[in-house]
Amino acid sequence: MRLVLGFASGLLFGLGLILAGMSNPAKVLNFLDVFGTFDPSLAFVMGGAAVTTFIGYRLAWRRKAPFILSDFQIPTRNDVDAPLLTGAALFGIGWGIGGFCPGPAWTALALAAPGTLVFLPAMLAGMAIATILKNRKPALA
Amino acid sequence: MPLDTVTPFTPLASTLGGILIGLSAVMVMALFGRIAGISGITTGALPLRREDWDWRLAFVLGLVAAPIVALLVTGESIRQTVPDDLPMMAVAGLLVGAGTVLGSGCTSGHGVCGLARLSSRSLVAVLTFMAFAGVTVIVLRHAI
Repeated sequence: MRLVLGFASGLLFGLGLILAGMSNPAKVLNFLDVFGTFDPSLAFVMGGAAVTTFIGYRLAWRRKAPFILSDFQIPTRNDVDAPLLTGAALFGIGWGIGGFCPGPAWTALALAAPGTLVFLPAMLAGMAIATILKNRKPALA
Repeated sequence: MPLDTVTPFTPLASTLGGILIGLSAVMVMALFGRIAGISGITTGALPLRREDWDWRLAFVLGLVAAPIVALLVTGESIRQTVPDDLPMMAVAGLLVGAGTVLGSGCTSGHGVCGLARLSSRSLVAVLTFMAFAGVTVIVLRHAI
């Protein structure tokens, strides 16, 4: 059951990305290109998603525990540290080059564009490298 | 691809799509009690150290299946324009992968879920990656 519901959650997320136009890197890059072919649609994606989540989280948290797993695991940190800023900066540069963040890269996989087939394995490699470095140097964690 | 490909402004479809993304994030919280961050779900989808990798792998498979389901439901294939400079896409992928692990999240984890939690850490991350992404696009399109 948890696998079916996990799959359904991912499918819903992916269909949302596709309907929103976020699975199209050109649309993402145009959102970022405020001095060129600017397309503000992604602000509406973020707005719709964040407001829905804001309301839904508060309903979900009325329960003592989630339906399937035993506890809520919600990040508690509020400090801004160097890895957060460095990581967000690196991610932003990569996002600006390729127009893909992790979710849309997955939903684009089956469409098999050459750029996607290069981007996705490189992204997984980047995640693996950073995970290894993070675990090796506790200062980065 | 021509870098200045124009895309139509789609406020309604984008808002509805955003609501679906939000509903998915709420499902993940209500069912599993976890943040629906795609970078974290991706790194947690392998049975390495973290527990509960199985639903994360199922979630990723759901993402991958989405365009196939969309095609079956609507009968229309999805139009997209992916940059075709392959060495640059390799660099982009490495930066996105490493950056999201180092920065503990991406557009979904910090952007959608973090902002919905009113996390100041996530707000700083979002402003940082948006700024760097915007400057990157402007430099690549207008300065070089």
